[in-house]
Amino acid sequence: MGITQQAADRAERDAIRKRWLLSAPALTIIFFAAIGPLAVVVLYSFMVKGDYGDVKYWQFSLDGWFNVVAERDMFDDTLGLAWANISIFWRSLKLSFITTIVTLFFGFPTAYLIATRAPNKRDLWLFLITIPFWTNILIRTFAMQEVIRNEGIVNSALMGMGLVDQPVQIMFTDWAILFGMVYVYLPLMVLPLYASMEKLDFRLVEAGYDLYANRLQVLRRIIIPLVKPGIVAGCILVFIPSLGAYVIPRVLGGGKNMMLGNLIDLQFGQGRNWPLGSALSITLMIIVTLALLVYVRNTSKGGGHGHV
Amino acid sequence: MSRGFSITGQPGFPFIALLCFAVLYLPVATLVFYAFNAGDSVAVWSGFSLRWFHSAWQNTQVQEATMRSALIAVVAATIATVTATMAAIATTRTAPYRGLTFKYAFINQPLMVPEIVTAVALLIVFSRLKVWTGYSGLGYLIAAHTAFCIPFAYMPIRARLEGMDLTLERAAADLYATPWAAFRRVTLPLLWPGILAGFMLAFVISLDDVVITEFVKSAGQETLPTYMLGQLKRSVTPEINAISTVFLGISILLVTMFFLISRKKT
Amino acid sequence: MAAGQTAIEAKGVTKQFGAGQDAVKALDNVSVSIRQNEFFTLLGPSGCGKTTLLRLIAGFDFPTEGEILLYGENIAPLPPYKRPVNTVFQSYALFPHMTVAQNIGFGLEMLGKPRAEIDERVSQMLRLVRMEELANRRTSQISGGQQQRVALARALAPAPKVLLLDEPLSALDYKLRKDMQIELKRLQHETGITFIFVTHDQEEALTMSDRIAVMSKGKILQIGSPRDIYDRPSVRFVANFIGETNFIEGEVAEVVGGKAMVKLNGGGVVAAGVPETLKPEGKVTVVVRPEHADLVAHGGKADLWGRLENVVYFGTDTHYYVKLDGGETFIIRQQNSHGGGTGHAVGDAVGVALEPNSAQLVRD
Repeated sequence: MGITQQAADRAERDAIRKRWLLSAPALTIIFFAAIGPLAVVVLYSFMVKGDYGDVKYWQFSLDGWFNVVAERDMFDDTLGLAWANISIFWRSLKLSFITTIVTLFFGFPTAYLIATRAPNKRDLWLFLITIPFWTNILIRTFAMQEVIRNEGIVNSALMGMGLVDQPVQIMFTDWAILFGMVYVYLPLMVLPLYASMEKLDFRLVEAGYDLYANRLQVLRRIIIPLVKPGIVAGCILVFIPSLGAYVIPRVLGGGKNMMLGNLIDLQFGQGRNWPLGSALSITLMIIVTLALLVYVRNTSKGGGHGHV
Repeated sequence: MSRGFSITGQPGFPFIALLCFAVLYLPVATLVFYAFNAGDSVAVWSGFSLRWFHSAWQNTQVQEATMRSALIAVVAATIATVTATMAAIATTRTAPYRGLTFKYAFINQPLMVPEIVTAVALLIVFSRLKVWTGYSGLGYLIAAHTAFCIPFAYMPIRARLEGMDLTLERAAADLYATPWAAFRRVTLPLLWPGILAGFMLAFVISLDDVVITEFVKSAGQETLPTYMLGQLKRSVTPEINAISTVFLGISILLVTMFFLISRKKT
Repeated sequence: MAAGQTAIEAKGVTKQFGAGQDAVKALDNVSVSIRQNEFFTLLGPSGCGKTTLLRLIAGFDFPTEGEILLYGENIAPLPPYKRPVNTVFQSYALFPHMTVAQNIGFGLEMLGKPRAEIDERVSQMLRLVRMEELANRRTSQISGGQQQRVALARALAPAPKVLLLDEPLSALDYKLRKDMQIELKRLQHETGITFIFVTHDQEEALTMSDRIAVMSKGKILQIGSPRDIYDRPSVRFVANFIGETNFIEGEVAEVVGGKAMVKLNGGGVVAAGVPETLKPEGKVTVVVRPEHADLVAHGGKADLWGRLENVVYFGTDTHYYVKLDGGETFIIRQQNSHGGGTGHAVGDAVGVALEPNSAQLVRD
């Protein structure tokens, strides 16, 4: 190796060191205000709960994790399943799943329609999808509340038409949460779907028709298989935030119809069981990470998803 | 008149798409509509009036929350954009080096974790810090916002950098520009739209945040979203519609600007 | 600096990419001297290392081994911004956020020249490339040919000791390319700057260069004037890469007066020139350019014999494909004269007469 090669090696080492220095501030902030605290959550999930919230330091116990699915009877100290928690888990999974299906039902034709517009018009349609996406989630939840309240426009319209005499109670039911989540997360379905449909080669669709396929067959046998990465991406991008939803069930579901996010909140508030709250948080994070892994594997196989 | 066979057509799709746009826009449209209601109800129309905008404008709690939101968003978005720009420069246009993937994962981590989990994590750590240090100012909120704004600021900046022609900087070096001069005279001006887009994205994200703010804030640190969340528990008047309408207007303005900037080609 | 002085010298330059088993030698022990005021061309197919050598001279890469001397000083460890060498990039790399004039003045500005001097030099450069009226345009608002000229003016403005041109004409269409070839020659003549030009286009290399280095697989195979390279290729690759050539196999019988008498496989003996780098003995390959041979009727005086296989008319000339008795196909190119016609028909037995001094030995 010549002298110049050594100089080049040194220059490369310097460049990499410079790159570490440059990224240090961002990494530091994220470490102290995001990743580090998460590690503390893991630690807290293994500690003994404090009497008035918080934990008893350095007293370890598995109670936090134990309480995720089981509980001790208050009176006779017998073991039982924590049905309240389990039903909340079930509701979270169920509502997230239904939200995903409904948004797919609405999102697929919408993305398809945008992708088949003239290229110069697509941007405008896409923009119309992104506007609600960037609107404050609270405003959107509130808007949905106004629509479905007992005095809201849906009930006013139903009563006005004489279809019902009494307002239909939607608020504070699972339906309210479902409506809210579909409304809020719909753009997250359309965007990745559009990204993969935009790349769809319509000569393949022509070839399908040429080979005697009808519209439904073309959709089922050609379009859907080709945009499958977009479908998977959209479903996961909707499913993940639905599972962790907090504001929507809190506002629309009321106190009784909790989802996981509210259950976690409860443990840090009135529940005063921080270890349980921490264990629930980690559980939620693990489920989300698993879903993300599916997503990453899907995109690395050439699937498309568009960042806005 | 017969129309030819449409290759791209699918039966029912236009109808569902129309429904989709209706679902997306009707609730917000209703919300905005009742902001102009003269009456006290958010459901019964009793004539046009700007009284709720006026009352929101005069509400000192709203004023304070708005100022606080704006302050946090400006500071957090600025720090996030500066650090994200540096990080983007450090992680793009390079042969893979040890730790590069780690950096990607680290920077994008706030996007991967549900907000509620980050929120309780920060609650645990910051409440302890508040006790230990005795300091309970806006610093905690700013730190939390900066952290989750960084990946959003990072995205458009990185995209812009990766789309940039490396030979331009090589040409600058060839024309006697030192690395710093090449950065200042060539890289930075070309990167500017990405930085601006990143800043606006970060700003909107910070302005919109409810969950993390709700858990991290100390007493008397309401931001506009947490103030609104508190109001939603009570009986609502169109005042909250008025606040939402203005908020919405600002968000749309920022997003439109972001859209126009990021569409600008190199 | 006297004319004929060495401007750039590469000494034993090796550039290796990657390490271990994946290591690729883009340049393998390359040495070359380029003289002052020369129009020097690096010619070769893509991947031959010509652009790598140019990048080493510009300073965008560092050699793994060897030295690069600029007027005797080793510049290999210097970063690009400390080398009095400028580059015209293949993609032009014009700064999109600056005007034409700002682009041209950038180098001088970086050198810290006073404003007045920069302005003066910029307008001088604009005149040189005939772009005066476009000085304040954005680079995105001018045509490809104009961008090319701005790139040239920008690289020439700081008056570099050597100008490097990385396939600068490849993005232009045929007509514009022809014009720019003449323009480049003029600029080189007027400025008196040493040009190092990289191309894969042999015709471009032949028309423009004072000297050409033909490269393949990280090595320089032959350096010489266009005429040298074309008429007296010393390596099979060079003969094959530049123009059309006939290859005939044979064996050296004796060496007479610097010429090798080669006994051909198909019968007959030709006298072939011997390149300096080749030892004339044993089995050899003889090359003859198609235009340096004539078709002879059966029984005439000829060096090679065969059968006329095909005749292809090309407008200005006609190609005759002769299947030699030795098995090779020999191509003869003859200019067409008005109302001409040779009277040879496909299938005829014919002879091939080589012009004196047209045959040349090449090594593999």
